[in-house]
Amino acid sequence: MKSFVAIAAVVAALAAVPALTHSNVVLNFLVVTLMIALAGQGWNILGGYGGQYSFGHAAFFGTGAYVTAILQVRYGVNAWVGFAASIAAGAVVGAIIGGLAFRAGLRSSYFALVTLAFAEVLRILASVTPITGAGVGILIKLDLRAQSFQFQSRAIFYLVILALVAVALVIARLLERSRFGAWLIAVRENEDAAMALGVDAFAVKLGAMVLSAAITAAAGCFYAQYFLFIDAAIGYGPWISIEALLTPIIGGVGTVFGALLGALVVKALGEGAKLITGDVPGLDLMIYGAVLVLVIRFAPRGLVGAVTDIYDYFRAAAQKPAAEAANG
Amino acid sequence: MPSPLILLSAVLNGLMTGAVYALVALGLTLIYGVLHIINFAHGALLSAALFAAFFAWQKLGLDPYIAAFVLAPVFFALGYALQRFIIGPASHGDDRNMLLVTLGLAVLIENALLYEFHADTRTVELAYGFRSIDLGFTFLAVSRVISFVAVFAVALVLWLIMSRTDTGKAIRAVAREKLGAELSGIDVAHIYAVTFGLGTACVAIAACLLIPNYYVNPSAGNAFVLIAFTIVVLGGMGSVPGALIGGLVIGVVESLGGFFFGESLGQVGIFLIFIAVLLVRPRGLFGANA
Repeated sequence: MKSFVAIAAVVAALAAVPALTHSNVVLNFLVVTLMIALAGQGWNILGGYGGQYSFGHAAFFGTGAYVTAILQVRYGVNAWVGFAASIAAGAVVGAIIGGLAFRAGLRSSYFALVTLAFAEVLRILASVTPITGAGVGILIKLDLRAQSFQFQSRAIFYLVILALVAVALVIARLLERSRFGAWLIAVRENEDAAMALGVDAFAVKLGAMVLSAAITAAAGCFYAQYFLFIDAAIGYGPWISIEALLTPIIGGVGTVFGALLGALVVKALGEGAKLITGDVPGLDLMIYGAVLVLVIRFAPRGLVGAVTDIYDYFRAAAQKPAAEAANG
Repeated sequence: MPSPLILLSAVLNGLMTGAVYALVALGLTLIYGVLHIINFAHGALLSAALFAAFFAWQKLGLDPYIAAFVLAPVFFALGYALQRFIIGPASHGDDRNMLLVTLGLAVLIENALLYEFHADTRTVELAYGFRSIDLGFTFLAVSRVISFVAVFAVALVLWLIMSRTDTGKAIRAVAREKLGAELSGIDVAHIYAVTFGLGTACVAIAACLLIPNYYVNPSAGNAFVLIAFTIVVLGGMGSVPGALIGGLVIGVVESLGGFFFGESLGQVGIFLIFIAVLLVRPRGLFGANA
């Protein structure tokens, strides 16, 4: 119960931000950060809880973005219907890639490679097929009405993405408490042992992949609605595969708040660097790469893990004199 | 149906390109064979080596073929240091961490190059850059023939290192049975780093062979790496002859695919082969039975 209160508190604190500032810069920063946190939370379900490190979550992000854009622009479908279709399409792509990869028994390096390859195939296909706008991309028509999932005010966009992140946080927490989550973590820790105890590892990993893909697709769909533009390099580009795995790993892999914390830290670092040196291409990603290496080296459980360690250390230190006093 | 001579020339060109692919793949497969991880920083290191070869030519007037003899040891040292002081300690003994660290290094190196040199594309102009051999039905660029021969020379040297030296024996021992090797007094961390260094040296030589008729920019190496992944998977991860044959096969497939279906769809063909091999026969065509 305590953790649901924590989720509510964090979400409520973030929801108060538009009341404190109307700065478009701040809100824009937070919208993008939360969008990455959502994509990262998707990755975290499969990678963090399931131990299956995908290097190609762009496959789901791009699918989410393209499906809603194509439905709206080419078929005049309502944007909210498009949103639901995006999530469903992401789940289907996840089921296909996961089904093939897990059926073939691919783990570790092989799984990373095959997910990367699928994302690249989709990127190349999207950059040549007419329905995705080929090299030009797709522009969604500006229509600032709530029923077309577009809002005049950035604050509303912010609250929408915050609500989506809140749902993803609750999903992760429910997963932790569920039997399915326990199976998934068992598979992460030792797949063979889990199977020996009767866990259907294939089904568990596939389920996690589908859920993971659906969440990341929702982030992709939000991207399309927010920027009203999508092309192959954005949707299926390696940048989003990297950011989706970077955020939970930096924040705390396999934890409820890891992706959110990681996204805030990573994006703040990126923006901070831009403020200092100006917008030089490559700088933010350079920092992300360095932070990734440093975090794995010095805090392999991420910032959440590091904070927990420090907390435990001080609590143990505080209890020690008390215990000595009681014994003495 | 196009004339067989045109096809033959496409095949020959494919073999020339494929040889360089094979060299990049050789480095990758060597690292995989011993460390059992895919080095995702391979492409970024190739880009870095291309820049090094470019500046060696531009600033020092060093011919790329001579620069290869300088850059190979330099990149060996770089690879050794990366594994010994960054990747190894950061992995905490978990393969997944090692994957992530190489990915982090890839992002770091590629974007450091982008930050420093911007996205401009540079090329080297050599007096013999456009010289070619007339075969009667087609022309072959001299530089590509040189690189074809050089790749096999490098493969031979690697084979000699692996089969004739104590270090080579230690590398093979670690690849076969890490714990056993450690128990017989082999410094596994050192051998890992040596292997990583050898793989990185392969990349440096590949860069020097590529640069006479290729361009340099911060993401130039990436184009090769996914292809190298494909070759390594096709040839069987860790298999050296597999990497060589796989490289030539992929070079020809790409050349013919590009010829029949156009550049970008030719690339999709490579990825589809890649995915198919991974799913159907992940140990590759030449890999040992799992």
